[in-house]
Amino acid sequence: MTNEAKLRFEFDVDGDNFTSAGTASETVKYNLKQLGIAPDIIRRVAIVMYEGEINMVIHAKGGKAVVEIDSDEINITLKDVGPGIPDINLAMQEGWSTAPDNIRSLGFGAGMGLPNMKKYSDKMEIESVVGEGTTVKMCVKIRKEA
Amino acid sequence: MKIREIVELLGAKVLCCEEDLDNEVTSACASDMMSDVLAFVKDQAVLVTGLANPQVVRTALMMDIRCVVYVRGKNPDSLSVELARQKGIVLLSCDKRMFPACGILYDAGLKGGDLAV
Repeated sequence: MTNEAKLRFEFDVDGDNFTSAGTASETVKYNLKQLGIAPDIIRRVAIVMYEGEINMVIHAKGGKAVVEIDSDEINITLKDVGPGIPDINLAMQEGWSTAPDNIRSLGFGAGMGLPNMKKYSDKMEIESVVGEGTTVKMCVKIRKEA
Repeated sequence: MKIREIVELLGAKVLCCEEDLDNEVTSACASDMMSDVLAFVKDQAVLVTGLANPQVVRTALMMDIRCVVYVRGKNPDSLSVELARQKGIVLLSCDKRMFPACGILYDAGLKGGDLAV
């Protein structure tokens, strides 16, 4: 792959169906495997995108996910028009969560989503406006063979 | 160990992918919180959980987990079983509680994993 040959995938994340949350991440994981990307890189992308997708379903009634791949890195942009995050620093703290009890009973909402996304991406930026929505951009570098 | 040994050790029911019982697994993690599972990275892993919704199987899929063991007699819904069958993830259900189930598997040689990628 060359820089010119950038691949782009776009997904609508359905916010009304928690059961199907993760289907975009599943498709990206499959595509990266087909492209021959290293398994540890694929897993990091899978973790950050899946956590992000779950967040969009829990908090923002869905949104759009765009994944761009070139020879150096994988960029994931998750954009929603949900309620926004009033205090991003607080939201980044492990254990902080505003998820409702029904989501916690499904195994999410432990306040580990954003911290996991930061931990497993090489770069993460959050832009959020209360009442307008949130955009999360994450980059995972593709390791170069020595 | 082979997944088949887990079936025997825990007296578990096989819910799908019986044809994959001879696959090897080397490590396990146990949690009802899927974000904890997503922070766990090891190949050839087993997930032990008391949670039984489709996101458990999807989490396993993201992490290349080969086998999910539901404890406390939990049975996943048909969507979970169908997804696992499509993706080749073995689902097992046993009546043991989480702690003894983990103890038995640890004693038999399955180890925990590291947190870092």
